Amino acid sequence: MARRVFLDGVDPWVNWSWLSSHVPTVLADLEQHVVLTVIAVIGGLVIALPLGVAAYRWTGLRLPTLGTFGVFYTIPSLALFALLVPYTGISGVTAEIALIGYNVLILLRNVIVGLDEVPNDVLDAADGMGYRPLARLLRVELPLALPAIIAGVRVATVSTIGIVTIAWVIGLGGLGELILQGYIESFHTPLVVGSALCVALALTADLGLAVVKRLAVPWARPA
Amino acid sequence: MDFLHRVFIWLADPAHWHGSDGIPTRLGEHLHLSLEAVAIGALIALPIGITLGHYGRFGNLAISVSNLGRALPSYGILVTAFQILGLGDAPIILALTALAIPPMVTNSYVGLREVNPDLKDAARGMGYRELALVLRIELPLAVPLIMAGIRTSAVQVVATATLAAAIAGGGLGRYIIDGFARGRQGSYSRALTSSGSSGSSGRPASRATAFKTA
Repeated sequence: MARRVFLDGVDPWVNWSWLSSHVPTVLADLEQHVVLTVIAVIGGLVIALPLGVAAYRWTGLRLPTLGTFGVFYTIPSLALFALLVPYTGISGVTAEIALIGYNVLILLRNVIVGLDEVPNDVLDAADGMGYRPLARLLRVELPLALPAIIAGVRVATVSTIGIVTIAWVIGLGGLGELILQGYIESFHTPLVVGSALCVALALTADLGLAVVKRLAVPWARPA
Repeated sequence: MDFLHRVFIWLADPAHWHGSDGIPTRLGEHLHLSLEAVAIGALIALPIGITLGHYGRFGNLAISVSNLGRALPSYGILVTAFQILGLGDAPIILALTALAIPPMVTNSYVGLREVNPDLKDAARGMGYRELALVLRIELPLAVPLIMAGIRTSAVQVVATATLAAAIAGGGLGRYIIDGFARGRQGSYSRALTSSGSSGSSGRPASRATAFKTA
């Protein structure tokens, strides 16, 4: 009980003078967080797009690919970082293998669903107009699948931003480092600042991608 | 293969199979934390999702709350709960429950919305009252989606319960955190395998269901 009174009395949730003197630290953590997230999402796309197109063409590939990444997805991130360290060491590679692996499942599902939902009439019309398979894929099918793919990118981005906070166990926490500091020192300011920036970053990214979707697929706008 | 060999030696050591830091104890703690969080989460989330789904109102609210829930870093909630509630199971249960609620609200809402309106009209025509309509028509038809939501929540909770050890709690994450602290490799891979297998009880696909419905 005494401890709680002490915390309430002395340590406010945000100590502004600490914050103003630690702006560079906070910004560096934020930057690391953004970099880890961007690499993870782009890396996920680079793997999931060709894999998704392949699984769309050859349905036999769906079960093995979705199954493999589905199992990968159930491994808790903390445990996955731990398992990878003996092989890839304490490095960005360890963090990215885990983060990209999680994103591949999310993106792969949405790529396949998006391509599946292209109406057959549209495909017939494209064939009738003389599109070759590759041109049809690039200029008809992928653009029509874009809303589903961007929806997947939004989910992947937001969930990656959350998982990066746990990468402090391998020394790469981004904003998670601030949360860890708040825990170790029982000091509320870095904890609150780290968590709040994390939520703000996730919401900003989500909103930004929603705007990208509006610009990229104007025809999908609800009337 | 040196790593796997050390894992085997660690597992074969009888000292790791009993006592307060034994594998059965840690597994029990992990299950207890996860079950309690999912059960409390279901008690809160299902009535909300079912009510909203039945009346078909505030659907956007339910979906945005769920998206917001995804944006919350579970580690941040855990440490914040620890600072407020102190040592013990309470902050862990609180954080895990917060994590469990959103998928269950969304899925039960969507599940009830997707019941064929013709069926509801037919039931009303046969004289069903609102409560009977919910209990005997809508709920049975919505069970697959509601269960998918519970599975999504359960897998996330079991995975995140490993983080309990980061705020001095128990569970299988204890081995991972302690393994990192000691720099010993045998310890944490054990937690990986047990936690992974209890997590996959809901089958891998369960996590993925959320992407479609959310």
